[in-house]
Amino acid sequence: MIVTVISVVFILAGLVFFIGGAVGLIRFPDFYTRTHAAGKGDTLSSLLVILGFSIYQLHDFESFSHDWLTLLVILKLLGISAFILITSPTSTHALMDAGWEDGTKPKIHPDRPNHLNDDCEKF
Amino acid sequence: MASPDTKRKLYRGVVFGLLFLTWMIFSGLFDAFHLTLGVISCGIITWMSSDLLFEDRTIPLLARLRQGKRLGGYCFWLLWQIVLSNLHLLRLAFSPMSSLQPHIVRYETKLETDFEKYLLANSITLTPGTVTIKIMGNTLYIHAISDIAAKGLDGEMERRIAQIFARENTEATVKATTS
Repeated sequence: MIVTVISVVFILAGLVFFIGGAVGLIRFPDFYTRTHAAGKGDTLSSLLVILGFSIYQLHDFESFSHDWLTLLVILKLLGISAFILITSPTSTHALMDAGWEDGTKPKIHPDRPNHLNDDCEKF
Repeated sequence: MASPDTKRKLYRGVVFGLLFLTWMIFSGLFDAFHLTLGVISCGIITWMSSDLLFEDRTIPLLARLRQGKRLGGYCFWLLWQIVLSNLHLLRLAFSPMSSLQPHIVRYETKLETDFEKYLLANSITLTPGTVTIKIMGNTLYIHAISDIAAKGLDGEMERRIAQIFARENTEATVKATTS
């Protein structure tokens, strides 16, 4: 029972961050800031949701000799989250780099620094 | 000290062990048939591409083990940073858009090997509010969504990564250059 409650708390926390990411995706002004919301609101939230799943796997855990196969399920879930931690930033970076190379202009206030444009002279 | 040849064999053994552990976790079947399949496929992969995993094979395995331990500790620190900056992004998503201050900054790094740079760029991208757009030589170009997010780039992350991979005999010099 307690295990179920803890896992539900984790999943709900993940969903809150998902909502934040979705709202940011709609409200943020340009391509780059939107990629921030889409690419990274997801890392922590999917991590929390998967953590909730793996905690839920323990809800009918009785003894190690009887239920050790559920431990394998948990290890697989943790493997998924490790994979997300590696791939999610990589794809976000690839998207942004492709956007820059494609000539998408970032909305940056003239007073604020844009060192990449200073060094590469794209716009 | 072990000779380079036995060290290479040891590294192969470690790669095989890691692969086989992954196999056992993902298959979940422990009868002779599936274990034999695992041994065969892990053996083939180790034979063909074991040198992809650890680049520098002159480092003693015990030092690798210590590196792995520090990497684990770093991951926990990074997770905490991710939580903090996710909260910041969550607040930004619901606040007026005028509070956004996107800009792109330069960041010079002293890290040398590709893996260290990859880890730094990946960690910067993982903490929300900052994304590495480009890496040119030793310069990282980072898109930051607000001043608070950009404040996270104070070199703390780089110092920790340098500490993970500091070689035992040159640790003093590395500390001197990164502090």
